[in-house]
Amino acid sequence: MSELLARNAGSIIWLARYMERIENLARILGVAETFARDRAGRNWLPVVQINADEERFFARHRVADARTVPHFYVLDRDNPTSIISSLRSARENARSLRPLISIEMWRQLNRMTSWMSSLSDNATAQANLNALCTEIKEACQLHAGITEGTFYRDQAHYFYMLGKALERADQTTRLLDIKYHTLLPRPEDVGSALDTSHWNALLKAAAGYQASRRVLLGSITPRSVAAFLLFSDSFPRSVILCVRQMDWLLTQLRTRYSLRGGARALELLDELRASLTERSIDDVINHGLHEFIDWIQQHLILIFAEIHQTFCTSR
Amino acid sequence: MQQEQGAPPIQGLLARYDRGPYFCEMTSFRPDGHAELAALYQRLDGLDEDSLRLRLAAAEKELFDLGITFTVYSDKDAIDRILPFDVMPRVITASEWQRLEAGIIQRVTAINLFLDDLYHGRRILADKVVPADLVLGNANYHEFMRDLKVPCGAYSHVCGIDLIRDQQGEFRVLEDNARTPSGVSYVVENRNLMLQSFPDLMEGIGVRPVDNYGLMLRRALEEISPVGVDEPRIVLLSPGIFNSAFFEHVFLAREMGVPLVEGRDLVVENDRVYMLTTAGRAPVDCIYRRIDDAFLDPKVFRPDSMLGVPGLMDAYRKGNVAIANAPGTGVADDKAVYAYMPRIVKYYLGEEAILPNVETFICREKEGLDYTLENLDELVVKPVGESGGYGMIIGPRASQSERDEFRAKLKADPANYISQPMIGLSVSPTLTDMGVQPRHVDLRPFAVTGARTSVLSGGLTRVALKEGSLVVNSSQGGGSKDTWVLEERS
Repeated sequence: MSELLARNAGSIIWLARYMERIENLARILGVAETFARDRAGRNWLPVVQINADEERFFARHRVADARTVPHFYVLDRDNPTSIISSLRSARENARSLRPLISIEMWRQLNRMTSWMSSLSDNATAQANLNALCTEIKEACQLHAGITEGTFYRDQAHYFYMLGKALERADQTTRLLDIKYHTLLPRPEDVGSALDTSHWNALLKAAAGYQASRRVLLGSITPRSVAAFLLFSDSFPRSVILCVRQMDWLLTQLRTRYSLRGGARALELLDELRASLTERSIDDVINHGLHEFIDWIQQHLILIFAEIHQTFCTSR
Repeated sequence: MQQEQGAPPIQGLLARYDRGPYFCEMTSFRPDGHAELAALYQRLDGLDEDSLRLRLAAAEKELFDLGITFTVYSDKDAIDRILPFDVMPRVITASEWQRLEAGIIQRVTAINLFLDDLYHGRRILADKVVPADLVLGNANYHEFMRDLKVPCGAYSHVCGIDLIRDQQGEFRVLEDNARTPSGVSYVVENRNLMLQSFPDLMEGIGVRPVDNYGLMLRRALEEISPVGVDEPRIVLLSPGIFNSAFFEHVFLAREMGVPLVEGRDLVVENDRVYMLTTAGRAPVDCIYRRIDDAFLDPKVFRPDSMLGVPGLMDAYRKGNVAIANAPGTGVADDKAVYAYMPRIVKYYLGEEAILPNVETFICREKEGLDYTLENLDELVVKPVGESGGYGMIIGPRASQSERDEFRAKLKADPANYISQPMIGLSVSPTLTDMGVQPRHVDLRPFAVTGARTSVLSGGLTRVALKEGSLVVNSSQGGGSKDTWVLEERS
């Protein structure tokens, strides 16, 4: 069975995207206590902004606080961007992929879904939130580990990795976009304890705290952190690394499996890569970080659409 | 009752087990398998009820985690349910199985010959063995299939024969399922569960394996694939994840190593079937379909079908694709045709049916009608076109006025009815809330036909978990048991 159904290719990309999305959201919520803090105290709004959910959120809640935001993002079944909703979507995709994915992958997704479905509202209370997010994150890592160890390496696996890299790149840009602006220091704050803890929280949310310490050698500045998240050749969640992976995966699909098409997606990836390798962080910031990130996100959307249109739709 | 097997008296979990007036699959006398049955009996008897329940709960949790479930959808939720599993296996001895297997092959062979005849020469109708209007007027008869030559003469490639065992221990056919019978995944998964969670029960007892089903089916599908195709490309066609039997479709696709497709994954061009892959269109040579006839091809059957493939039947007629089961097999497993099965077997094979029907009186025939009218208080009368127990009367449990009322209906339209005596289904020891109790069971073995017919050793044993209930359906409180066919002793 060397062929892969177009529909299944689409489901597998989505499975990977949802699982990656859940992990990222759990990371953000897990450090939210510091992450959400701003000059005025606590502000959970950035978490809502990252997901571009302002409209949906404020239709349901008056204030974005430690009670409403975590519940909205973890357990609210009526919120399509909540972790539980993403998990259900992941599982529905996995259900249609059951003959392709390993039995162990399916079993773990099932167990994770039953566990999350059994949680009470109290699980997202302030005192429990960090522990809950750790468990969710670890469940996602278990999924990743089982996938790495059991998923047969054929086309389906390449599409899985493609979806994962795409979502990861997207999540990193969102994180950077929101926090960069709220964290841009006023002159008097530079180097203060508050400022540093913000950047630490951002790096922790991106799972880059440890690595950034080694690489940035103590110079934690808005510039260095942005450069790290965008350009690091070795940080697994940096945008450039995800783009390189996508490029490699797509090329493999075209050569190893003789898939026609995908040339336009490769072109777009090439543009992204060129920009990410050729531009300096000063250049990016001088021309506007937000504009640059927006341009990357637009490219990612186009790349996904190209891949989906080329390989995953019925022709 | 253990004395029937000549074994020492029992003191433990089974001490208070009483099979009542029914044949018991564990304790009633069998011609062979005494040593195995006695060993199993003693092991079960020696189990501690509390620890058994804990192990069972863990095993059922595992079934749930593995998604060996059927799914019930509500507005917001997909609720997965497992088929309740009973840990006490149902045993079929080697000699019993030998006869069952021969009987099933005989019956399936007759069903296929019957279908071939109906869609070609119709000798059996000309010879008036089966009334022509019974089949030609049947909603499941498809004129579309007329004169179409099917590979290997096989129509019902997967056939499930529902068997019950009466109070004398005689296996009888209750129903034929010649269309798209389901349940085989539970046969295999129940065994997996048994081996994983209760290996101590099976140790040292020679039980025939069931995990070859996927390969059996795949081989049969290869045999019916169009001639000249080297490595036929087989797919399993499912209605999709919302179908309650989706797990079984997953299971079969996985066991056969073939793609699990939906109608929207297939297209027909120039009377050839293709599936839509990441690399474009790939030809399909054989389809094991798990959707009903009516939904196969909107150009031929129901025009509103979203599940099927427009043009599929054109490709089929041209012989470019094989379909299992063939369309139009439903005409052979109808309740009215069932009554004629012993005659159908005799007509085509010149043999008596090895497995008898439940005695059936055909009310469209005068003798049958007279007998039914006279003995209504002892009979179950069923309309032939209904299923699920609708429109029937259980004579012994009905009042005089209900019987009188039914008698009038029967006289007005006798051809619509058959009648049967009430059967006391065999029982099997089953773990219940009230300890180990006898519960009624049936058996659905699966026969696979390509160039020839073979039968998976065993079958699905369904058990009515409610006390006294004869209804084994999962929708009505039924569960299932692992079914052990004992190896012949050398």
